[in-house]
Amino acid sequence: MSIWKYANPTQFMRTSAWLLPGLSVLAALCVATGLVWGFFFTPDDFRQGSTVKIIYLHVPSALMAINAWLMMLVASLIWLIRRHHVSALAAKAAAPVGLVMTVIALATGAIWGEPMWGTYWAWDPRLTSFLILFLFYLGYIALWQAIETQDTAADLTSVLCLVGSVFALLSRYAVNFWNQGLHQGTSVPVATGERSVADVFFVPLVFSMVGFGLLFVALVLLRTRTEIRSRRLHALLARERAADTRVAPNTPPSESPTS
Amino acid sequence: MIALLRRDLALAIRAGGGFGLGLAFFLILCILVPFGVGPDSGTLAKIAPGILWVGALLACLLSLDRIFQLDFEDGTLDLLATAPLPLEAVATTKALAHWITTGLPLTLAAAPLGQLLNLPAAAMPALVLGLALGTPALSVIGTFGAALTVGLKRGGLLISLLVLPLYMPTLLFGADAARRGAEGLETTTPLLLMTGISAASLALLPFATAAALRMNLR
Repeated sequence: MSIWKYANPTQFMRTSAWLLPGLSVLAALCVATGLVWGFFFTPDDFRQGSTVKIIYLHVPSALMAINAWLMMLVASLIWLIRRHHVSALAAKAAAPVGLVMTVIALATGAIWGEPMWGTYWAWDPRLTSFLILFLFYLGYIALWQAIETQDTAADLTSVLCLVGSVFALLSRYAVNFWNQGLHQGTSVPVATGERSVADVFFVPLVFSMVGFGLLFVALVLLRTRTEIRSRRLHALLARERAADTRVAPNTPPSESPTS
Repeated sequence: MIALLRRDLALAIRAGGGFGLGLAFFLILCILVPFGVGPDSGTLAKIAPGILWVGALLACLLSLDRIFQLDFEDGTLDLLATAPLPLEAVATTKALAHWITTGLPLTLAAAPLGQLLNLPAAAMPALVLGLALGTPALSVIGTFGAALTVGLKRGGLLISLLVLPLYMPTLLFGADAARRGAEGLETTTPLLLMTGISAASLALLPFATAAALRMNLR
């Protein structure tokens, strides 16, 4: 038993097919609980009024936007080191999900910022670094789209992901130097264990965060499965074309060891 | 390495197009900006450091897709890859050649163009020094972007998308140093940080560039 057995696409397909329905239902339940509880059954904040409730979308999506990149980084490393195709495809599958999470975080932040800060956008370090993360996602996806050879695309995007991670981190701390922050501190500090959010808001937030995490995993599994199927389809078509061009068309095509 | 550098420089100067194009773009940008924002010298002085840095960055971007593209098309890159010189050294040399043909002229041109934009005299040392120290990073990062997109038919636009976010920290520190210089503040910290970025990218990115080239040539 090791994690590497899921590097076999067939094994991955079997396990993910078994995992996906349960995971999806669980994700839907958690997100629904978190959002409905958060939106309708929590009191309005003393100062922020009902606008505080956007936290149930904003914080989980921001969390997943960063973790999606982290997951892509790990998957890229696995691809570069051990060359498991599932890993490369999972990284490819995660990028658009991460991009959407980034957009949700930016959009909800802007909607919340208008009544609270009096502006949709400020060049605050946190906001700026998220915008840069957004650009990194765009570049990564564009590179995947642009290269036709799948293995080369996987290689190059992995290298881009590694270099991009370094520069994204660099930008994150560079912007701190550049401008003063308007954004409040983190709502869920893991390291210090102290929370700035009261329990009545925090419990639905936890549901929402767990739900977004599960949603991300479910979406990535689903998209990876789609990618694997599309690879298989391409392999089948290529085999068929090879069979057509052969001199004797009724001989069965030789079984090539495609995954 | 030196032979390759001389070849690249000779090609850039004699074959036309690449060399000077970035410089001309930089010049035109700096002339256009006053028309865009108005001739008020106070406003111009305020935005001059940023304009000069963004202009240098965009001018750098213009010539990036030429770094490997021509060599890739006529097969020189394959020969370079099989040559005894390691591909990492090729990447460094290419970046150096790009810097000499783009970064260096931009740095030299920044001082007169700064006058055009009414840049305060106090900001001049920080700006020129910053460009001299920061443009190598732009060239090295750009070479990496060019290596990623070398096999593509229309890589030019994609390079911008890939490279611009990577340019962010350099631009930030460089423009900040010039702005601080204009306000008469200490400029050492941003300059040092930017030099750190330049040195680190110069030391590490050629390996990523060479890896990307190998993947593209496979």
